[in-house]
Amino acid sequence: MLGIGIIQGLVETARNFFGSYTSKQRLTTVQFPDERLIQPEAARVFPFLVYDTDDWEKGLRCVACKICEVECPPQCISITKSADKKPDYSGIYSGKPQFYPEKFDIDVSVCMSCQICVEVCPFEAIKMDNAFELSTDDRFGGLMWDKQRLAMPNSHYQAIHPTDAAESDAALAEKKAKAEAKPAAAAAAAPAKPAPEKAGAATER
Amino acid sequence: MSPETANLEEIVAQVPPARGVVEPLPPVNAEGEQLLEISMGPHHPSTHGVFRMNVVLEGEQVVRLKPVFGYLHRNHEKIAENAAYLAAIPYTDRLDYLCSMTNNWGYALAVEKLAGIGVPERAEYIRVIVAELTRLQNHASLIGFLMQDMGMSGTPLMYAFREREKILDLFESLSGARMMCNYMRFGGVRVDTSAEWLRQVRELNGEFPRFLDEFESLLAGNEILMGRAQGVGVLSPELAVSSGASGPMLRASGVNYDVRKVDGYGVYDRFSFRVPLGDHGDVYDRYMMRVLEMRESVKILEQAVRDIPAGPIMDPKARLRGLRPKAGEAYGRIESPKGELGFYLISDGTGNPYRYRVRPPSLINLTVLEDMCLGRGVADVVVILGSVDIVLGEVDR
Repeated sequence: MLGIGIIQGLVETARNFFGSYTSKQRLTTVQFPDERLIQPEAARVFPFLVYDTDDWEKGLRCVACKICEVECPPQCISITKSADKKPDYSGIYSGKPQFYPEKFDIDVSVCMSCQICVEVCPFEAIKMDNAFELSTDDRFGGLMWDKQRLAMPNSHYQAIHPTDAAESDAALAEKKAKAEAKPAAAAAAAPAKPAPEKAGAATER
Repeated sequence: MSPETANLEEIVAQVPPARGVVEPLPPVNAEGEQLLEISMGPHHPSTHGVFRMNVVLEGEQVVRLKPVFGYLHRNHEKIAENAAYLAAIPYTDRLDYLCSMTNNWGYALAVEKLAGIGVPERAEYIRVIVAELTRLQNHASLIGFLMQDMGMSGTPLMYAFREREKILDLFESLSGARMMCNYMRFGGVRVDTSAEWLRQVRELNGEFPRFLDEFESLLAGNEILMGRAQGVGVLSPELAVSSGASGPMLRASGVNYDVRKVDGYGVYDRFSFRVPLGDHGDVYDRYMMRVLEMRESVKILEQAVRDIPAGPIMDPKARLRGLRPKAGEAYGRIESPKGELGFYLISDGTGNPYRYRVRPPSLINLTVLEDMCLGRGVADVVVILGSVDIVLGEVDR
């Protein structure tokens, strides 16, 4: 009979309508500013620069190697490398002084949140933030973030991406252990090398 | 002749030769009377973005239709030619913004062919899982949009988006973004899936047929839908093949051609699934094609989640930065939800491609729009365009 299909469809609509009063699955709307969904751990919005210790300027991990500037697909990162080196304040570069970014700007109106800067960074210095309510009324300055605006402590990273942060910390610790083992091994190897010579000399005599 | 392409070659034999250049006709009919020319779009709600059709009408009937593309042109190919191989991946997300995962896969496949990079087992399975999830959400939302175009204001679209949202949540917890996933890399995928994520996929997959049943009882038997869709916008198999149409649109015309079966790229040859075929090539067949493909995708997902092996997700030889493939060319193609999506790359040995070309299924499926619309009313043009399944980000690039 003509119309059966329409009635069948309306029954389905009615089931969904009344079901929305009882079933959580059919009531999917979230009243956003009052209610909020929990962001997944992997969520990414814009990058930030990680610093250790409590001084954002001295503790920045970035060494201005410019890899992210080159690899960034929309070219939104702009870095000026410093002329001098700063001391290794937080101790992740085994005490060696490093270059630092004199200027590190990200134009977030151009950034497309692709995470490639994070993937290519060899120093675990740039990571993705998950803050998303970032509107500003300043079209030019407000969307050009400098290094002070970008700097976030490592504890922030540990709070928003616990799993990734644990991996990153472990990688840094391993690197540090290797770097510390090297001079120790070199120191151990250095006196060991002349010793056989002496021994050889001794046998010659 | 393989059983998969048997039917195709029969049809190809019947395709007439090309007509050559067709001169544009003046807007008058045979009696010399002025015809009505209207410009649908670019800001027309039914055009799914910014797309314009110059329609010539005689009374209510369409006698000519000229699609006008390019309002969303973003120079995608030249941007990719001036960037490193890695930097093009996030741009492919933005081609067909409903199906970023399959776009990533098509590009990754082309680079893997060009540079001779292998892909580990587990990564291949993850790729199948995310690609089939993409197909589910694309087809569900397409049906919603199509019904919106027919005037079923809201309900089917909202139901489809409710389901799509669950899949996008899965994408977000895996890759960090709901739509611009940027997930695949040449030589594998970016992050590994957790056991919990796979459990969620299994759960969603188990519930999905119930949604499909609901959708079918809501729509499939609806007399108004049948009246609007059956016999409208018929595409003959010969024309479909000679125009290069692909995907559900080609199969709705009864041509058995699915790149997943023909090429067997990735690990698709390990799964048992069927390729649904239509009889009439009209809008209703194209709608049913999507419903049936979703059911097959559910089957593939079930097998992929069950069989996924443990292991690495990236080829150890693959380099992300500074990839310089040897001079040569490669064409990687996949069955994206909209049709055959191909990426053609020529390398001259430097760090960026010498030529980068996308074969967008939406654009090529659109070229037969006029043939489908001739003799129908303006209201049918909207429905026929909806059934083609276009995303303007991909059409204009």
